[in-house]
Amino acid sequence: MAETVETQTAGLSAPHVLEYPYTRSVGPVIGRFLGGLRDRKIEGIRTKDGRVLVPPAEYDPVTSEALSEFVEVGQAGVVKTWAWVSEPRPKHPLDRPFAWALIQLDGADTALLHAIDAGDESKMSTGMRVQVRWREETVGMITDIECFEPEAAS
Amino acid sequence: MSEPVVGFGAPIRLEYNYTPGSASSRYLRSIAEGRIVGQRCPNCEKVYVPPRGSCPTCAVPTAEEVELAHTGTITTFCVVNLSFYKEIEPPYVCASILLDGADIALFHLIQEVPEGREVTMGMRVEAVWVDESELAPTLESIKYFRPTGEPDASYDSYKEHL
Repeated sequence: MAETVETQTAGLSAPHVLEYPYTRSVGPVIGRFLGGLRDRKIEGIRTKDGRVLVPPAEYDPVTSEALSEFVEVGQAGVVKTWAWVSEPRPKHPLDRPFAWALIQLDGADTALLHAIDAGDESKMSTGMRVQVRWREETVGMITDIECFEPEAAS
Repeated sequence: MSEPVVGFGAPIRLEYNYTPGSASSRYLRSIAEGRIVGQRCPNCEKVYVPPRGSCPTCAVPTAEEVELAHTGTITTFCVVNLSFYKEIEPPYVCASILLDGADIALFHLIQEVPEGREVTMGMRVEAVWVDESELAPTLESIKYFRPTGEPDASYDSYKEHL
């Protein structure tokens, strides 16, 4: 009987999932950037002082003017800073240990946040060169870049 | 130039493990038996459903359990025009339902509203349960509430519960 009472008074517990089905409108500039990714090219935008922002911004961060001069940049670049993820979470881009990194692509003046599939933390260093690994099927999202990989790997 | 992207689906998903506590667990277990059980405050005598184990007004434990009727009165409602659940075609009505004997309204779906009849405050409704074999410790064991056809309850009978 004691066991029954125990069971009767024990609290319940259940998974509870909240999901908000948002659609995100990206605007004309990021829209063009994502459209470029679908065609496997990476475009930045030129500011009034001549710098190239990747990913592109709609307005000049210095003068606040609207920007419109798109510039295609390289598909490889330099790691500016990085953090190693030894235990990837379910929603992470890779299912094995990887690095989050800020990557300055050739021809760009700012860095893009993405994942690097380096295999091991010892392979990572600030200043290392990495290149894009495209997803087999591209749809116009940042994940069309599956990840970056050390340039020597090719 | 590439065809620009206009937008994309960006769902935000939060995965919780919900532990309702002892009072709500007892309530949910009663639902799994096809019963609705609330708790009465020993001080103000209000009957809470779902029970939370204490009275928020009097700050005392609510130990006494009260079995409630499966009928009640719509105190207020809204018409839902957006599709949230594929199973239910909008427009549909969600309502606060004051069960007979309770002092707190439950929020639930209203269905089977007769053709030509609009949901109103004061409308009398009854719970429609899932099949006995499908009863589970979740309020989804009550599929929805439907009008009983009784005359509307008077405003005075539920005005304290809005």
